[in-house]
Amino acid sequence: MTRDGSTLGADTRTAGSLPSDPIGDRGALDPVVQLTHASLALSGRSIWSDLSAEIRRGEFLVVIGPNGAGKTSLLRVLLGLQPTTDGHALVHGRAPRRGNPEIGYVPQQRAFDPEVPLRGRDLVSMGLDGHRWGVSVSARANRRRVDRILALVGAQSYADTPVGRLSGGEQQRLRIAQALVGDPSLLLCDEPLLSLDLHSQQVIVQLIARWSRDHRATVIFVTHDVNPVMSVADRILLLAGGRWGIGPVDRMMTAEALSRLYGVPVGVVEYAGRICILGADLGGHDPVTARGEIGE
Amino acid sequence: MTSLWGYAFVHQALLAGTITAIVAGAVGPFITARNMGFAVHGLAEVAFTGAAGAVLVGIAPEIGLVGACFLAALAIGLLGVRLRERDIAIGTVLAFGMGLGVLFLVLYTRYATEAFSILFGAILAVSVQDVLWSAGVGAVVLAALIAVYRPLHFASVDPEVAEARGVPVRLLSVVFLLIMALAVAEAVQVVGILLILSLLITPAGAARRLTAHPGRVVAYSILIAVGVTLGGIVGAVYTSWPVSFFVASLSLAAYLLARGLGGAQARA
Repeated sequence: MTRDGSTLGADTRTAGSLPSDPIGDRGALDPVVQLTHASLALSGRSIWSDLSAEIRRGEFLVVIGPNGAGKTSLLRVLLGLQPTTDGHALVHGRAPRRGNPEIGYVPQQRAFDPEVPLRGRDLVSMGLDGHRWGVSVSARANRRRVDRILALVGAQSYADTPVGRLSGGEQQRLRIAQALVGDPSLLLCDEPLLSLDLHSQQVIVQLIARWSRDHRATVIFVTHDVNPVMSVADRILLLAGGRWGIGPVDRMMTAEALSRLYGVPVGVVEYAGRICILGADLGGHDPVTARGEIGE
Repeated sequence: MTSLWGYAFVHQALLAGTITAIVAGAVGPFITARNMGFAVHGLAEVAFTGAAGAVLVGIAPEIGLVGACFLAALAIGLLGVRLRERDIAIGTVLAFGMGLGVLFLVLYTRYATEAFSILFGAILAVSVQDVLWSAGVGAVVLAALIAVYRPLHFASVDPEVAEARGVPVRLLSVVFLLIMALAVAEAVQVVGILLILSLLITPAGAARRLTAHPGRVVAYSILIAVGVTLGGIVGAVYTSWPVSFFVASLSLAAYLLARGLGGAQARA
């Protein structure tokens, strides 16, 4: 661990001890997610290795890294869909298991077929009991819960519209509601801002951050653009071709830390409160975090 | 002509037709949601081979039909777990099946009339035993469908989140193929193999034009399937034209009507 509270894996190999508490009194000492020398290889190719980190209750962790760095695979490990090849991953102190009701999952924004017979409230209610066998009887208590969460994300006005006819931002609000309706203490978000306009990005980020604050829920937020989540992120986990690093935003998003992780010189430019990384591809579809700086 | 309504074969046809239509109408929405129209057609063609093979070796064609459907469903399920591979797996399995069917037909020439009724349906020729068979198969399909209804719906419309929530997505896709195999075996007797889609796809396609409520889609699909089947039998009894012609025509009419209605009104 470096003195500033960030941990650079692969280089220092001292991960595993607790970094200084960047989130103050919100983070009690009960780790929600623990990774201990965890490694993952997919069809023989090493994705990440010797990854050690503890993510605490109420923490908002942003995961960035180039395409193929294993960001989505990390979420799949925590969901119990993908075993680690080496080391341990623990969720609430136990091995990850499929269908853990403590976990809410927000997938990549992907438009629904406009003809699919599914209303917003159906999408949300599947998050509550869609995995159960048999036929739903649509109990009144469940319906009230769905209505409450629809109100929380501000989606009541289009709750009865077929989802395929809604905008990307509206669909993603419903996705958030779907993930939150089960009252999760851990929220896994996989590029939830992809192809959303800047306004919708902020709406989605604020919804997730508010939930995290109000319920002391842990958030692991995979993104290729760090800017929309800069103001709410507690720490950043950067996965970069086998190397990794974790630490507070201001420590991680520096030319020094990034250059060490990428193994090539990287420049960081701050402009109008936004960060732009030069010389390294942090993945996604835009070159790093440049979205919004040019032409928008 | 009205005197025909007193005959037992008409009653049996109406009864077997209703059971079949309920099953087809209930399974249809999942077939459309999972974009499996091609798989249905493939299973139906393999069913033909199974029936032909059964006749050749001297066992009941129904047994061969259901057996072949099941085997083909398993083969498709195991070969084509990924969506992209699925069409190729289905196409390969069904082409092989049809090839065998042609062979069986040549080896056993007396089979020609039975082949015609399997290809185009023979609901007006069902026996009491056939009705009981339909009811048995139908009960199994509906029971299985009710048992997996919620996770199957989740996995069909939202597979990524369903998997994340612990729904056994791959297992369900094989289970659904088996459900579909039984539904195909059931529907073959009404419309035959070549017109199978008019009962398994079209009523569901019409229903989803009328509502976006998932439960109501199933209900409307069943109602439309029962309507076109009974209408088809009535039409055939009056005109002596084939039932499957009427069913296919009424299905098309229902679909076009639903498109018109669905376009004119906001769906709710």
